[in-house]
Amino acid sequence: MLDLDELTITQGDFALEATLTVPQGGRVAVLGPSGGGKSTLLLGIGGYIATQGGMTWDGEDLSPLAPGARPISTLFQAHNLFPHLTVARNVGFGLRPDLRLGADGWARVAQVLGQVGLEGMGDRMPASLSGGQQSRVALARVLLRAQPLLLLDEPFAALGPALKVEMLDLVAQLADQNGLTVLMVTHDRADAERFAKDTILVAGGRAHPPMPTQALLANPPAELAAYLGT
Amino acid sequence: MKSLTLAAGLSVIATLANAETLTVYAPDYFGSEWGPGPAIKTAFEADCDCTIEFITGDVLPRLTLEGERTKADAVIGLNTDVTAKARALGLFAPHGQDTSGLTMPVDWQDETFLPFNWGQTAFIYDNTKITDAPTSFDALLDAPDDLKIVIQDPRSSISGLALMLWVKAIYGDEAEGAWEKLAPKIVTVTKGWSESYGMFTDGEADMVLSYTTSPAYHIIAEDDMTKSAAIFDEGHYFMVEVAAQLSTSDQPELAQKFMDFILSEEFQTIIPEGNWSFPAKLDASKMPEKFGLLNLPEKTLFYSETEAEALRAPALEEWQRALSQ
Amino acid sequence: MLCLTLGTLAAVLMRAERGAGFGPGDWQALRFTLWQALWSAALSIACAIPVARALARRQFRGRGVLITLLGAPFILPTLVAVLGLVAVFGRNGPLNAALAGLGLPEVSIYGPWGVVLAHVFFNMPLAVRLLLQGWLAIPAERFRLAASLGFGPRQMIRHIEWPMLRATAPGAALVIFAICLTSFAVALALGGGPRATTVELAIYQAFRFDVDLGKAAQLASVQFALAGAAALLALRLSQQVTFGAGLDGTVARWDASGRGHRALDAFWLILAAGFLLLPLGAVVLRGLPGLTELPPVVWWSLWRSLWVALLSTALVLTLSLPLAVMATGKRGAWVEVLSTLAIAASPLVIGTGLYLMVFPFIWPGDVALIITALVNAALALPFALRSLLPQARSLAEDYGRLSASLQITGWPLWRWVILPRLRRPLGFAAGLTAALSMGDLGVIALFADPDRATLPLQMYRLMGAYRIEAASAAALLLLSASLALFWAFDMGGRANAGP
Repeated sequence: MLDLDELTITQGDFALEATLTVPQGGRVAVLGPSGGGKSTLLLGIGGYIATQGGMTWDGEDLSPLAPGARPISTLFQAHNLFPHLTVARNVGFGLRPDLRLGADGWARVAQVLGQVGLEGMGDRMPASLSGGQQSRVALARVLLRAQPLLLLDEPFAALGPALKVEMLDLVAQLADQNGLTVLMVTHDRADAERFAKDTILVAGGRAHPPMPTQALLANPPAELAAYLGT
Repeated sequence: MKSLTLAAGLSVIATLANAETLTVYAPDYFGSEWGPGPAIKTAFEADCDCTIEFITGDVLPRLTLEGERTKADAVIGLNTDVTAKARALGLFAPHGQDTSGLTMPVDWQDETFLPFNWGQTAFIYDNTKITDAPTSFDALLDAPDDLKIVIQDPRSSISGLALMLWVKAIYGDEAEGAWEKLAPKIVTVTKGWSESYGMFTDGEADMVLSYTTSPAYHIIAEDDMTKSAAIFDEGHYFMVEVAAQLSTSDQPELAQKFMDFILSEEFQTIIPEGNWSFPAKLDASKMPEKFGLLNLPEKTLFYSETEAEALRAPALEEWQRALSQ
Repeated sequence: MLCLTLGTLAAVLMRAERGAGFGPGDWQALRFTLWQALWSAALSIACAIPVARALARRQFRGRGVLITLLGAPFILPTLVAVLGLVAVFGRNGPLNAALAGLGLPEVSIYGPWGVVLAHVFFNMPLAVRLLLQGWLAIPAERFRLAASLGFGPRQMIRHIEWPMLRATAPGAALVIFAICLTSFAVALALGGGPRATTVELAIYQAFRFDVDLGKAAQLASVQFALAGAAALLALRLSQQVTFGAGLDGTVARWDASGRGHRALDAFWLILAAGFLLLPLGAVVLRGLPGLTELPPVVWWSLWRSLWVALLSTALVLTLSLPLAVMATGKRGAWVEVLSTLAIAASPLVIGTGLYLMVFPFIWPGDVALIITALVNAALALPFALRSLLPQARSLAEDYGRLSASLQITGWPLWRWVILPRLRRPLGFAAGLTAALSMGDLGVIALFADPDRATLPLQMYRLMGAYRIEAASAAALLLLSASLALFWAFDMGGRANAGP
């Protein structure tokens, strides 16, 4: 369970406060107006921006941990793959940051590539793959890292609608299979409805506790309504 | 990197281990393949069972930086324009040579600095292009301004400094006026002799400030008779290079032996074609025959070390003023 | 780097006993130094603008080769370049022969403006490279937008090119200004007399004739102060300037396809190529006849120079990489300012300082080549740093979080991320260092060893011994070796560099 207790995330002049919990295995959308702090919330949890206040995962304090040491995998808006390294190596980082994998390790890389539908593509360079395939490579690495919490900072925003739906379904499927807890930033209500039972509203310098997505969207508070245009 | 440092370290040890090494500081040209250094080294080592190590570079700055800790046993190639400063360092021992029989146009009494070769400044020209070269400094000043010369900077070059003193010796208080008359003929003032001479051979200037002996190189090494020195009635400025031994040397006997060697015929016969200049003590009959083809001045101008040191700063200011207009 | 620049200066200052104070000659030197550095910087940039623009918007056969060759003067040893310039623009050169043929008056390369001309020759290639990068960094979308709005060349300049130039030109001008501050041999060979005295010459004089270390150090401090002031000023005026690779593409644009514009670009390219390449050609022509008769010792010194160059390159890479990576943090601007300061470091002072530092412990002659490599490295470091910094910054921006999220740190970070991502600027920096180091006479005056001369020193010796033909051949050798080293490293950085 992710527990944020009076957490303050400061980025320049902007400060975001959050007191909320996300249960184990939860799939939660993070929704709110542009510039409201959706990405800031994820970057704070991920450890990329300094935070103050309580932040624990299953009782373990996350604050002192470096980003890579947290029980978290993150997919960013862009730059999720190293363009100069092969697909297999990009995925291999999920097992060991020094890439000393041995035959067993590389076999597991090949196996997770198969799980995301990229059999035999390990030797390809990222640039030779389509956008959807590149996202699958990043997801394969998430599987290898095997961390319980997955943060998605709109990694599929650049994909077409059909492809995006496909990717969200894949994430949902993989999250279910592996018992992942997922926080997903989105600005698209359809994504939230499709993917997340609950939604965190981020607006006015606050990240509100998760509420059922359907109820929130059916009866949005003023700041969300303006954003959604309803 | 490691192996290089190691090699450097080893060579230090090697140098220390060999007690019979004479360390001689010399200007860069002296020790190079094309200077007199290698022949002198061979000749000296032949009968001393020792090694000469030439350390080349700017001799005086180096001695000044090192002071009494210097490793030099002897120095060679200092010019009279820096001997005053060198003497002031108080690092030298008397050379102990009899200088009465020197074949130089000036009288030499110095007990510290021993001359080993000399020359005179002169403007060199191509005698196929200029048939009526000036025969006096006055004539040079009065020549039309399209006679172009290239000279060296007295602040960075020994020969440039000699030219400045040359002008001072001829014109005295009128030197600044002389420089003003010379100014429009000067194509450029270079850092060193090499750049000037290169520009001259490239045809950038009609005359170049060099030495009376410069044509000897072309005559002997290239069989080229087209380069001549313009000989001026007022006389030519005398330049001499000297050697000295250090009182701080840990090899005083060897250093003394080197001093003794300098005025020997063996050493002196290396100078004409090794340094393209005149030996300090060599009978005319022992000179290479073709040196007889050179035009040489009858009159020699020279300032003693103290005179030159006193004149230098004001003359430099004059020079700068006259050429800055 | 600090140790090599400011540290050596401090060593000289500590040893100095007296300082003669500033005479009228020194003030004049200071004035001339500023005058020529300002003009050289301004004219280099002014001439580089049309050339960089032509290169940015035209694609033609041999464009890559032309860019490499146009860069050559910057890495050329001063003495070689001066000889080449004189051969073309001198009294006896083809330019004046042509003018005389047309009945026009002679143009003189000597005098204060000759110094500026030579500096433009050296530094315009650098300016072209810097500005070309600025052009290529303008996003293609902006040109598309401009095309959709129907911008003509005039609006293009006003709304797109001018803002880019305002951001990049001051920084480029600063770098050139700092380089010209320490000009010495050029000013002396072409200056035509004491009017063209620079501060660096005054340092040389103080050092070599007066052996007045105090004054040499004072003058060197003035040089630093000038460069420092200029660096701070430029930092305020502009964004950081970048050197480096990645000049392959052109920008697709629609405003300058007319015949007049094509002709204009062709004119500038031909003019620049003529100005920059003819003197190189002269060096080649002069050197060819003597090449076969070069004495073996010259070949040995080429070998030695290669080692010095490679050693400097290794030093520069090991120093500049961590610095560049460090500088991606908040204090990056300071690295920038310091690296500009280091450009204005006087080789003479560095050499003297090092001499004073090592003399008590080691015999300087024994470490001559290492010291030479070290000083060359110190002088090349600012350039290497500038070529690495921008890429290091964008690497940190783009992949810093990804690396952190995967816990890639330490050696794996270097091996898998930093080194491969910085390969292109690394190759460029290495090539630049190697070439600069190859041609530099640097501190040889103090550390030279008759048996271990580098190629530039050997060339100088040949000239000093009347062997003009052999010296010309050595100059050609030096030119070829410098260019070859640069080319090899630069290409090494590009080959299979991937996206």
